[in-house]
Parts: sequence; structure tokens; C-alpha cells
Amino acid sequence: MKPALIMRYVLFATALLLGSGWSLSGNAGSQKLVLTGASTLAPLAGEIARRFESLHAGTRIDVQTGGSARGINDVRKSVADIGMVSRALKPEEKGLHSHTIALDGIGIILHASNPVAALSRQQISGIYTGSIVNWKTVGGRDAPIIVINKAEGRSTLELFLNYLNLKNSDIKPHVIIGDNAQGIKTVAGNPNAIGYVSIGAAEYEITRSTAIKLLPLDGIAASVVNIRNGTFPLSRPLNLITRQAPQGLIRDFIEFARSEQVRDLVEAQYFVPVSAR
Amino acid sequence: MIWSKHNISSPSAPADAMQVDKLILWLLRGGGSIVAALVLLILLFLAVESWPALRHIPAGRFLNDPSWNPAERMYNLAPMLSGTLYAAGGALLVATPLGVASALFIAYYSSPRTAGIYRRLIELLAGIPSVVYGFWGLTTLVPLINQLHPPGASLLAGILILTLMILPTIALTAHAALLAVPGEYLRGAAALGMSRWGMIHGVALPAAKTGLMAGIMLAAGRAIGETMAVLMVTGNVVRHADSLFDPVRTLAANIALEMAYAMDDHRAALFISGLTLMLMVMALAGMAGWLGRNPHA
Repeated sequence: MKPALIMRYVLFATALLLGSGWSLSGNAGSQKLVLTGASTLAPLAGEIARRFESLHAGTRIDVQTGGSARGINDVRKSVADIGMVSRALKPEEKGLHSHTIALDGIGIILHASNPVAALSRQQISGIYTGSIVNWKTVGGRDAPIIVINKAEGRSTLELFLNYLNLKNSDIKPHVIIGDNAQGIKTVAGNPNAIGYVSIGAAEYEITRSTAIKLLPLDGIAASVVNIRNGTFPLSRPLNLITRQAPQGLIRDFIEFARSEQVRDLVEAQYFVPVSAR
Repeated sequence: MIWSKHNISSPSAPADAMQVDKLILWLLRGGGSIVAALVLLILLFLAVESWPALRHIPAGRFLNDPSWNPAERMYNLAPMLSGTLYAAGGALLVATPLGVASALFIAYYSSPRTAGIYRRLIELLAGIPSVVYGFWGLTTLVPLINQLHPPGASLLAGILILTLMILPTIALTAHAALLAVPGEYLRGAAALGMSRWGMIHGVALPAAKTGLMAGIMLAAGRAIGETMAVLMVTGNVVRHADSLFDPVRTLAANIALEMAYAMDDHRAALFISGLTLMLMVMALAGMAGWLGRNPHA
């Protein structure tokens, strides 16, 4: 190959690179929203975003998961326009603006074949701290209890620990899981396991006949109905958060997410819409 | 060394070709230094991100704290270090004999047709994404082990999954190393009337030793760094394992489980996990290099 020819190739490659750089910076001018945060909220936000995009030509909405803490972090650093947070804001986070788009509850799940029908708060606490190690003690069959806990930092874990008034270091788990889906699969694969996941996710899997069941808490059935009427003890708001009072496209999106137009999407995820009909 | 640079560019080459050589030389230098800079930048990045924690948490605490509970400011990485070593070491112990045996089978025992099919199968095994192994492990292997000894999600499950994943690496590199053994060695051994096993044991394996070791080191690196598949089957409890049926958490799984949710010191502590992991892999690479230079060690 002649040097001149090679030079031409190099120039061509450079031109291509520069060209792609140009088009990237060109895109930044169009309407784009970035949402990051809770994995519980991400599927719903993704559906809402898709509907929003189809109604507003030229907008692009990017939904990424990573947990409530990431949502808050990213909004603070302006990496994301909107954060998804699956709990109420803590006192030190009050500077942010939160907008509840739905409610969710956390339910204790067992394998469908487990004869235990209910557990008291003390029993759950005993199981998770390791003082109850056999299902026989709580009226089940003679088998060791497999305790499934969530990884540090998840809002589900925080809410659960709050409910039982425990520290994470008190818990004696056999398995630690990441997201809801992994928890449901682990319980479905082990007849002696106990875990806790978002009720929305659990109810959805139960309708698809996954081998799990939800336990009532404090005598109140873990169901969407009881979350809506506020009687279920282990529930949480699902929030979209922003750094400042929302304006422009961000405000449009949040208003859309709270409106009747997405009620079917919220219910399809087994969450509870905020706007009571 | 036949292909040293003196043999390629003969002094009588036209000036035109010399210029091309120069251009290529600089392009290659550029490419090479980008790769080297990337590795150094990653190390630097890890060090910078871990620095906030290293500054006010004494290094000893990462080995001596009572537990790993970053929310309660306890940062004991030791159980995860042992978990990583147990899982990777166990997988190597199982996969190495199997992998080398497969390579010997392909190279010296099977008919060419069987060898071809068998090799394709192993290549297929190497191409399966790790998350698929993890999913299979979670839905099939873990319940099986649970029947044997609860909870099922355990070091054993991790070792078995990792074995499946590194077996093709070992088998394929071992096969390549055996293929590189000069034919005259083997013909010489055959001419001496050695048995097939005598030839393999006395000639082929010693001659291919460097390549075999390199393959094992490569597999070890993969086993140490593998994340998703291991995360799904090992239970991820941070504790030193007393038996094969105890759950463990590896350093890589720790990062994947908690990074998305971590802030401040917790985040920096996870970068320290990453730094530790990187140092382990570097030590391995160094060992492989040393073995390569001293084939008779």
C-alpha cells in the first residue's frame, strides 16, 4: 500500500470520528429526559415514558435502574433530570421535591407448598434473627428455615428492617439477593425459604402461577386493595423526585405520570394509583 | 527468533516501503500505548475512588472489622477474599484435570471426526453467556443441592458453575498448546517405541507445559472475576465458609450487588473490593509471566 493511500484512509477515519462527534452534540439539542433510580419503579416509569414519547414527538426518555439511593444521588448531581425513589424522602433529603405517582407494599413470601398460613411480627423477627430455625416452631413441617435477605442499600431492606425494628447486622440470612425477580425465583425454587419482595411483583408472579404465596401481616392480607386503603402496615410511596420545582418538559412528564392517562399502566404493574377514582 | 525486525525490512527495500514501515510502526506504537495507558488509568481510577475510605479507615479494619455492614460502618472484606479464593480455587481444581483430559482426548485419542465435533461442542460451551449459566444454576442446580443439604445456594453451586465456565478455556488453550508441540518430538517418541501414554506423559505434556500453565492462569482470572453467574448461585452471605454447603460472597459479586446503591464510604469500600480484585488478577498475571520465563520451574 502506498503511503498516500494510507494517509487517505487515516483522513477518512478521522473524518468519520469527527462526524459522529458532531452528530452526537447535535442530538443533545433535542428534548431528552433522563430518569434513574429504584428498580421497583423502573418498569412502570419505562411504560409511562413510552406512552409519553408516543404523544410527544421528538422527546426521548431514558430510564435507568440502580436503586433509590442512585436516584437521589443522580438528581443531586444533575446527572438525571428525575430520580425514582421507592420510599418517602428522609429528613436529610427534604431539599428535593417529591411527587408520588403510586403506592407499593412489601410482602413476606413463602413457597406455595409451605403449610404456614400466617406469621406474627415476633415470629418473623425471630426467624430473621436466627432464634427460630425450624418451620415446626411456627406450625409448619419439620424442616430448616432458609432466610432470604436483601443486599445492603436496597430500600426494600430499609423498610423491612424499620418494620421489625432491627439492624441489618442482627439478621442471620442464608441467602442474600439483589432484585425482586431474583428473590421470587429463589423462593419458588426452595420449599423452605422465606423472603420479602414488592407485593406488586409477587402478585404478578402468582398470576403467572409461580410457586410462591404472600403472607398477611398483622392480620391484614397483603393485597393491592389493602395498600390503597392504607391498612397494610408495610407499604411505601413510589416517588419521582426533582432538584427544583419541576418546569417545562419535566413538569409535563410528572403531571402525565400522576394523571388518569396512565392509570392502567400503574395497575398493570400491580401498584396502586394515587388518584382515587 | 526468525521473525525479528531485522529479517523483515531488508536494507535494499525501496524508500517507499520504508515509509510505510515507519507509519505502521508509529500506528502500532500509538495503539500499544493506548492499551497500556488504559490499564494504568483503570488502576489510577480505582485508587482515586478508594482513597476517601483509605484516608480515614485504617487498612487493618478491612480485615479485622466484626462484619461487612457498610450502613453501620463495618467493612470486613476478609470473608469475601476467602470466598473468592475458595470458589475460584475449587473451580480450578475440578476444571483443570477435566480440561486437560479433554484436550488430550481431542489431540491424541479421538478420531479426527469425533475430535472436530467435540471441539465444536467445547467452543459452544465457551460461547454461552455467563448469565445463562447463572440462571440455569439458580433454577436447577441450587434446588438440587438444596435437597442434598439446605440452603442450596452455596460455595458448591458456585464452584460447579465456575467449573462449567472455565472448562472450555482450559480445554481450548491446552489443545492449542498440545498442537504446538513439534511433530518431530512425537514422531521421535513413536520411533523409540513409546506407548501412547508414555509419549503424552513423557514428551507432549512437558513440552506443552508453558502453554498449559498460561491457559490455567487465564481460566483463574476468569474464575476470580466472574460476577453474574456466581452472584445468582452462591447465596452472597458475607461469612467465612466452613463447608462446601455454606453460602459465600465473592468480591466481584459484592460490587455488583451493592454498587448501584452505595454512597460515600460504602461506595469507596466497594472500590477497595475492586482494587483488591485487580491486584489478585495482576498477581496471577505476574505468576503466569514468571512461569512462562522459567518453563522448568
